[in-house]
Amino acid sequence: MTSVVSTRALTKRYGSVAAVDGVDLDIQEGDLFALLGPNGSGKSTTFRMLLGLVYATSGEIQLLGHSMPSAASRTLPHVGSLIEGPAFYPHHSGRANLTLLDASSGNGRRTRRARVREALERVRLDAGRLPYRAYSTGMKQRLGLAAALLRPRRLLILDEPTNGLDPSGTREMRDLLLQLQRSGTTILVSSHLLTEIELICTRAAILSEGRLVAQSKVQDLLSTSQSVIVVTHDIADAINAVGSIPGVSVLEQTPDGLVLDLNGAEASEVNASLVSAGVGVREFSLKRERLEDVFLRLTGA
Amino acid sequence: MFAVELKKMLLRPRTWVIIALLAGLPVLVAVLLRVTGIGPRPGEGPAFLAQVLGNGALFPAAALALILPIFLPIAVSVVAGESIAGENSLGTLRYLLVLPVGRTKLLIAKLMTVTVFVFMAVFIVAVVAYVVGASLFGIKPLPGVSGAAIAAEDATWRTVVTVIYVAVSMLGVAAAALLFSTFTDSPLAAVFGALAVLVTSQVLDLLEAGRAVHPYLLTHYWLAFIDLFRFPVLWRDVVRGFLLQGVYIALLLGAAWANFTTKDITS
Repeated sequence: MTSVVSTRALTKRYGSVAAVDGVDLDIQEGDLFALLGPNGSGKSTTFRMLLGLVYATSGEIQLLGHSMPSAASRTLPHVGSLIEGPAFYPHHSGRANLTLLDASSGNGRRTRRARVREALERVRLDAGRLPYRAYSTGMKQRLGLAAALLRPRRLLILDEPTNGLDPSGTREMRDLLLQLQRSGTTILVSSHLLTEIELICTRAAILSEGRLVAQSKVQDLLSTSQSVIVVTHDIADAINAVGSIPGVSVLEQTPDGLVLDLNGAEASEVNASLVSAGVGVREFSLKRERLEDVFLRLTGA
Repeated sequence: MFAVELKKMLLRPRTWVIIALLAGLPVLVAVLLRVTGIGPRPGEGPAFLAQVLGNGALFPAAALALILPIFLPIAVSVVAGESIAGENSLGTLRYLLVLPVGRTKLLIAKLMTVTVFVFMAVFIVAVVAYVVGASLFGIKPLPGVSGAAIAAEDATWRTVVTVIYVAVSMLGVAAAALLFSTFTDSPLAAVFGALAVLVTSQVLDLLEAGRAVHPYLLTHYWLAFIDLFRFPVLWRDVVRGFLLQGVYIALLLGAAWANFTTKDITS
């Protein structure tokens, strides 16, 4: 596995405020990597530093094996991006905008029409001569993605690609990302749609106030779960019984039972203790944590 | 990159509206002069205008003198001030830079585009003014500012040098606007910055108290092209004007480059 994006102690300060603070990211080839975090946690600033738009205060960035931003001219042709929403000339059509972008990037002139057509087909955008300013939010988002796909890319950096898309658009985006990943493109994506992320991403990192608070496989993030759901009628007895098991505590009381924090205790032993204390346990299950729960827990939101 | 920027500029209706307005003012003045037959008295009013009634050959120079102090620099400021700041406010700047288009390269492409605009605008105004002047007032050998007659082919090169001189004079303003354009993502603020420089320079140039700085003011030698129509040509101020603009252009562009290549793009 080769590293596609790697940062070392990446930091960006604005005055005394650190927008990004000592972040070590590691994204491997083939990853569909999610960078998560609340608004203002430093995701966009990180993306902008990766792309050479914002200069880091300190730290290192390796993009596709080269040091950024000094190797921008070598690496960026292989990187497609969508940063804080699409931006195009409002009086030109989508096609004209892509044609201008393609010309600016110095791609071959002869195949330009075909390239633009393919990119538009790929995101299913067919708006004819309609000027960009008349586009709906979803169409603008699609055009932004089409621009990122104007040529074959090794890496896609997509900041909120599903922003403004309706449910079917979101689903199409999910399918498109999976398809791109299968064809060998590494994808770094940020989104607040955590269910989507959970469905498609292989790895994820969570930023909170500029610091990296987690980075691992999505499955591993989810399996850090340490709580069980106990369904019982004898809630009072159950609470008493839990009190005598070392370390275990009641997280939450529900109408039909309890949620317990195992705190390292073995689930089966806890179950046995409850039963032997005479609690009528009707159901005992590990609580499967959602990415949302992990996110809220780690970011303290 | 320059080709794309040029195309963007040429395809914008705004470009042509500005040029039409610039050329329209002298036409309006010419028609008024022709209809009323009332010109400024010799030695008064805008340069050359007094002589134009008798001879249309001077009208290109007169037209440039009309738009030079205010109208033309505002137009140039708008185009140059918008160049980087406009892309920044639209957000298209970030997508250009990640293509990637190098920052220096983009700045040079913008500068060249603005330069083309300036020469185009000045040239079109001069041509329109020549046509209007010739048809409304007729062409005769130039009497020249100093009285002696200037032959027709002589007038041609003087006018050509005038066009170049006026265009180069505008490049100083363009460089200032471009500099401010790299500082802000509001095109209007960039235009205002350039106009502030312009107005300050013109006010200081009028003040006797500012005499010591007069030779260094951006606008000081702008109207020196009048000397091109003397007989013989009085080159001193024209040459100084060229040199001064060169220094301003170099300094302002250097600052624009230094700022643009090191700044964070956060729009």
